[in-house]
Amino acid sequence: VTWVSSYVQSRQSRGSHSIHPSLPLRNCGNKAMANNFARILSGKRNVGIMSLIGAGSLTATFLLNREHVTAGAQVRRVYPASADYPDLRKHNNCMASHLTPAIYAKLVDKATPNGYTLDQAIQTGVDNPGHPFIKTVGMVAGDEESYEVFADLLDPVIKERHNGYDPQTMTHPTDLDSSKLKSGKFDERYVLSSRVRTGRSIRGLSLPPACTRAERREVEKVVVDALAGLKGDLAGTYYSLTHMTDQEQQQLIDDHFLFDKPVSPLLTCSGMARDWPDARGIWHNNTKTFLIWINEEDHTRVISMEKGGNMKRVFDRFCTGLKEVERLIQEKGWEFMWNERLGYILTCPSNLGTGLRAGVHVNLPKLSKDPRFTKILDNLRLQKRGTGGVDTAAVGSTFDISNLDRLGQSEVQLVQTVVDGVNYLIECEKKLEKGQDIKIPPPVRK
Amino acid sequence: MPPVPCYLTENKLIPRLSPEEEFPDLSQHNNHMAKVLTQDMYTKLRDRATPNGFTIDGVIQTGIDNPGHPFIMTVGCVAGDEETYEVFKELLDPIIEDRHGGYKPTDKHKTDLNADNLKGGDDLDPNYVISSRVRTGRSIRGFCLPPHCSRGERRGVEKMSVEALDSLSGDLKGKYYALKNMTDAEQQQLIDDHFLFDKPVSPLLLASGMARDWPDGRGIWHNDTKTFLVWVNEEDHLRVISMQKGGNMKEVFNRFCTGLTKIETLFKDKGTSFMWNEHLGYVLTCPSNLGTGLRAGVHVKIPNMSKHAKFEEVLKRLRLQKRGTGGVDTAAVGGTFDISNADRLGFSEVELVQMVVDGVKLLVEMEKKLEKGQSIDDLMPAQK
Repeated sequence: VTWVSSYVQSRQSRGSHSIHPSLPLRNCGNKAMANNFARILSGKRNVGIMSLIGAGSLTATFLLNREHVTAGAQVRRVYPASADYPDLRKHNNCMASHLTPAIYAKLVDKATPNGYTLDQAIQTGVDNPGHPFIKTVGMVAGDEESYEVFADLLDPVIKERHNGYDPQTMTHPTDLDSSKLKSGKFDERYVLSSRVRTGRSIRGLSLPPACTRAERREVEKVVVDALAGLKGDLAGTYYSLTHMTDQEQQQLIDDHFLFDKPVSPLLTCSGMARDWPDARGIWHNNTKTFLIWINEEDHTRVISMEKGGNMKRVFDRFCTGLKEVERLIQEKGWEFMWNERLGYILTCPSNLGTGLRAGVHVNLPKLSKDPRFTKILDNLRLQKRGTGGVDTAAVGSTFDISNLDRLGQSEVQLVQTVVDGVNYLIECEKKLEKGQDIKIPPPVRK
Repeated sequence: MPPVPCYLTENKLIPRLSPEEEFPDLSQHNNHMAKVLTQDMYTKLRDRATPNGFTIDGVIQTGIDNPGHPFIMTVGCVAGDEETYEVFKELLDPIIEDRHGGYKPTDKHKTDLNADNLKGGDDLDPNYVISSRVRTGRSIRGFCLPPHCSRGERRGVEKMSVEALDSLSGDLKGKYYALKNMTDAEQQQLIDDHFLFDKPVSPLLLASGMARDWPDGRGIWHNDTKTFLVWVNEEDHLRVISMQKGGNMKEVFNRFCTGLTKIETLFKDKGTSFMWNEHLGYVLTCPSNLGTGLRAGVHVKIPNMSKHAKFEEVLKRLRLQKRGTGGVDTAAVGGTFDISNADRLGFSEVELVQMVVDGVKLLVEMEKKLEKGQSIDDLMPAQK
């Protein structure tokens, strides 16, 4: 089929990919797979700085400067955009709110350098019209470049989802210095467990909606190699979903560590469950307080957790662990996807910035029945979920309380928000126990 | 070079990581694709794409995501367009051969939609045969198939199909109900008539991408007497169904052939046609439906026969299969089974319906004997 070879030829001769110098390396199948930037950066002395500024300052200048980011493949079409424009009249998600026919027409002929298209990015939002009361995002990124190539749609989606954060003008602060956290120890008569999670993506490899099997396996290899270098209380073991024994599986279920093949159509419609369970797995340290999911909704999800209310220790371990993992992948020439504009790059636009959800399971029998509960949470910039996680109901009066925000504030700021907020909720609960009245707090400054 | 339509950019046209690194893990798999796909074959096919940009990964994704069942052998691959069967023939020919009883790449398929050639079929005992049905599928040449089509294409298929169906007359005159515009009342009626199809939930279908954009471009057309029904853009461009209560398969098949022939003429008048060729017959999304794409079947009450030790053997010899009355992957209810032809390719439509008519007649005879406590040994058929 001759058109394929001429297509490939024309791409190689174009050679003008100033977007991502990693491409030529990728094409020649170099096993090290490191992109040019990582090679340059890791040659520098101050590798440590990168974990704070996100290893991306050089790359950021390439990605920030929009003119350099040209789309890769041009998608050639026979139908005009108007024939393919989705019917979004019954839809209620961020993508549907912002995808005008004009934006669709502008972007639909473009693809990222990996060939990821707008139709792919929005498929989940087309297939899942949404719920009248819950506004889902309705689109995903297939790779780091999606956020550039489809910025005309993603920027307004990000702005809506992240309370007015404007990626065109603002910068996101990254701060993983956990020593700055104040009063991070909760009253354990109320707080049953504490947890912080985030995600990290490996630069140079496509994200779960778009990655090939080989890329996914490469993610697994890169991360598992790095994790094998963790020591002390971070030392642990990897359990691949494909090779797990029944016993190991049961143990992971009992520990509430095991993740399933996604069933939510929000996820499956984006293609992130393809080839399950190939290259998926779970790593955790021996003390079961630091846990990493590989190739679920993101390349990695990193979780620090403990029973009880010592959020400070949980956050300390979180930051130490993350930085150590970053150091270990950088030794091999890899880095995380990050830029100044959007912080850490993840599959779902809702997880940009810090990708951080810090939360507790907390018992609030009286407060949760108080009609002001929701308003109090709102003002504290907190959200409640059931103890099974997103889309579950609370059991008894135990709630999962966590930060609402992800982008525009640093990790330290967000965890502090949770600490302050949960402490306030506990104070309210104690007051109600004594028959005293409680106050709705003023809105926390965003 | 002519412009190449490329809707869903199956984005790995450019060789990136090596084919060895990309090869799927099929060690737990039991489907036709997994039996046939080797590393060498994958390496070779990976560099190709159809003119519409459909690649090997698109073909096999459903088979990777659905390892299969130890007892049921699924196909494990789909076509994204007509050219898939040509471009990926190294994979699809052996699958077709295995699935369709040894059908070779050089074999020719006979199409026969002349209902007059059917012998009998108007006298199946209605005390046993509750309903009769014939279905097939058709694809419109020039459009990509459900796993790969864009929204514009799917809507194009819908528009063309509805225009053709709207010009049917006489006892075929009917109406189209678009899934997205249906009123609640219309929906309930279609459910009560057992006409409405749902968004697929089977992972076999979902994993291939054919449920994208649901319910855009999907709908149901049926004639006023509710005996001729067309599904638009479900698993195939068109699924055409003729059905009625009782055992008059001849009448069902007559209507089926008349309706199909009329629709085909209408498409030809518009300058297109159905996907068809001499080797594969009618081209559909799933390789299991090639050839005639035809499933002719009855709902028949055979409580005694179905418990008989030789039931499966009889079905096998008659080239029939059983399903529950809810269709594929359902269980039988109260001794009533859906009995239909097992073959699709290598036999003509008339031949397949003949097998069903003759076979069901025999099953009913056997049932009557068993009711009377008699043996059925002398009725055992030879292998067809």
